[in-house]
Amino acid sequence: MADPIKVYPPKPAHVYFYATCLIDMFYPDAGMAGIQLLEREGIKVCFPEDQTCCGQPAYTSGYHDEARAVAKAQLGLFPEDWPIVVPSGSCGGMMRKHYPSLFKHTDQEAKAAEVAARTWELTDFLLNVCHIKLEDLGEPTTVAMHTSCSARREMGVAEVGPKLIGQLQNVNLVEQVRAEECCGFGGTFAVRHPEISGAMVSEKVDTLTDTGAKAFVTTDCGCLMNISGYAEKNGKPLAGQHIVSFLWERTSTGNGGGS
Amino acid sequence: MSQAPSEDPHHIDVKEFHPRARAAIADPKIRQNFRKAMDGLISKRKDAFEGMDLEALRDLGANIRLRALANLPDLLEQLEKKLTENGVKVHWANDGDEACRIVRNICVARNAKTVIKGKSMVSEEMELNHYLEEHGIEALESDLGEYIVQLAGETPSHIIMPAIHKNTGEISELMHEKTGTDLSNDVEYLTASARQQLREKFMNADVGVSGVNFIVAETGTLCLVENEGNGRMTTTVPPCHIAVTGIEKVVGNLEDVAPLLALLTRSATGQHITTYFNMISSPRKPGELDGPEEVHLVLVDNGRSSIYQDDELLDTLRCIRCGACMNHCPVYTRVGGHTYGTTYPGPIGKILMPHLIGLDEGRHLPTASSLCGACGEVCPVKIPIPDLLVRLRQESVDGDKLNPAKVRGHGAKRGTVEALVWEGWSWMHARPGVYRFGTAVAARLRKLQPGQLGGWTKYRTAPRLAAKTLHERMKERDQ
Repeated sequence: MADPIKVYPPKPAHVYFYATCLIDMFYPDAGMAGIQLLEREGIKVCFPEDQTCCGQPAYTSGYHDEARAVAKAQLGLFPEDWPIVVPSGSCGGMMRKHYPSLFKHTDQEAKAAEVAARTWELTDFLLNVCHIKLEDLGEPTTVAMHTSCSARREMGVAEVGPKLIGQLQNVNLVEQVRAEECCGFGGTFAVRHPEISGAMVSEKVDTLTDTGAKAFVTTDCGCLMNISGYAEKNGKPLAGQHIVSFLWERTSTGNGGGS
Repeated sequence: MSQAPSEDPHHIDVKEFHPRARAAIADPKIRQNFRKAMDGLISKRKDAFEGMDLEALRDLGANIRLRALANLPDLLEQLEKKLTENGVKVHWANDGDEACRIVRNICVARNAKTVIKGKSMVSEEMELNHYLEEHGIEALESDLGEYIVQLAGETPSHIIMPAIHKNTGEISELMHEKTGTDLSNDVEYLTASARQQLREKFMNADVGVSGVNFIVAETGTLCLVENEGNGRMTTTVPPCHIAVTGIEKVVGNLEDVAPLLALLTRSATGQHITTYFNMISSPRKPGELDGPEEVHLVLVDNGRSSIYQDDELLDTLRCIRCGACMNHCPVYTRVGGHTYGTTYPGPIGKILMPHLIGLDEGRHLPTASSLCGACGEVCPVKIPIPDLLVRLRQESVDGDKLNPAKVRGHGAKRGTVEALVWEGWSWMHARPGVYRFGTAVAARLRKLQPGQLGGWTKYRTAPRLAAKTLHERMKERDQ
């Protein structure tokens, strides 16, 4: 009945990095930052070249045959038993929670369950598997954080981001009201129901700017695209970043992961 | 009844969801009324569960409902037997029309002209008031919220708080216009005025109609949760009481009721217990001083037994109608209950109504969600609402050959162009070489990227493609 209890593995020597299509095309800096953070923890990162998309857009739109074909192409990318680390609660949730039901009663059922069981959201992995210790090298600043609904509710990592940012001495993390409310992204929802999605993101941007922060970080590039896109179009002074870009920038001496 | 013809003034076209949503979002009064009310309910619920092991209680609640549903046919038989022994007459209705006819026939047999009603969403589902009026029987709502909605000629916008879309000023104006009360922002005064008018109706009503929250099979007990006392009046003052409810409301044992009640009142209104909790097991017995001479229970199917046939959709029937899913829903909070155009609005409506009205009629309902999961997170009986929304989206486009759709009206939303787009998308993303080539080319041509992307860029700037994909950057790095 209850959600399965998460059992964190010991820190491994290798991981697979599953970047997600949004990061691949729109936010590759966040992907690089995530890879560099893992490497700094002494982990060898394997980036399977044949990765494309987890299949979620078709899945949530109801096109499960199409989603299954794409997801099936991902299942073969992880031959070793290494953890699969995903810089997104949404795509991580698709793989961890929905792959087993998508492949139920198919010959991929066991494989899907096995892949699901070793899929981790990146920040959760950094904090609870790598036990990362961050040293803040940046100037004092104030940020707000938006945890995606899937990171919060499917991957259960709502506490993780604030804990990681809490390690940064010069960062003042402020919380917006109704922090747990959806930003209105929802994939194709934003296009199918533009007015509702627009009303949701406008209130999210208002609550974020009401904190006084000029910047926010988030676990998911879908939310990032939505919130930043609204702020930019409407001239709101609110810059957004994926949380791993922020963590890498503040803790690296070079500007290797900077954007 | 739900598929009433369009000339019926009470009928709201479900398919007109989009224009109603746009209108609601543009209406500051609707936005403010719902935001304020929902914020209050969210915080009250949170406080009410403070210090309790909520997860353990939700697990218990879910298991009680699952156990009851697993034994539903047997429990219903046991219930009918027990109620009959107790002197309660049991009626079975396949749909809303049949349930309406049963209620009317009971009224006709008693020569009843006036019905006083307690709150019942199943009677809304049946459109009972409308039906009785058409047949010359007056039906008056006695729940304050329902009374207001009835005065306004509207339908409930929330399953627990039917008039939540109105603020005090609007209610005052409505009561002034319809019943002659003074204009006032004093809630006490307005409530007292309504109470006074209703009191007389209670005394003279021929029949009381109520809903039911739980029915206990082992004892044949109808449980009714309420705060205003109108439920007790409805079920005890008139000489005849007719309870109407869905077949899924039955539980096995009396001890099943306590955890469900603890979950229901806290989830619904943030109360530890309601002011009234009525348990009705029989009509007035010889020598008793009050209570109705006759008690009837109308058990309504209306699509429920077809939901029952499917192991996954079955979870829909766990619902105890607390309304927490709508209170926490960011979409419901923005558009309000009337936008849905259905008896049950919000997340529970989106997963229940397609079975009642057909997925062709209700095909827009499952799409009106960002799948944020807030509903599933607060559901006291752990209905996996987001998963059921995805299931219904699949059904509405016939999107899964391995698990063919079965809900009535499935496939109605499948469009040739959309299906082709997803087929093309799937073809490309299942072929890594094609994907890498396509995304790399898109990155090169990013200056040609369109600045307008339909609904997205109405509110936001278009996302900008990076100069190089992560695939390309990793390949360069590893060389």
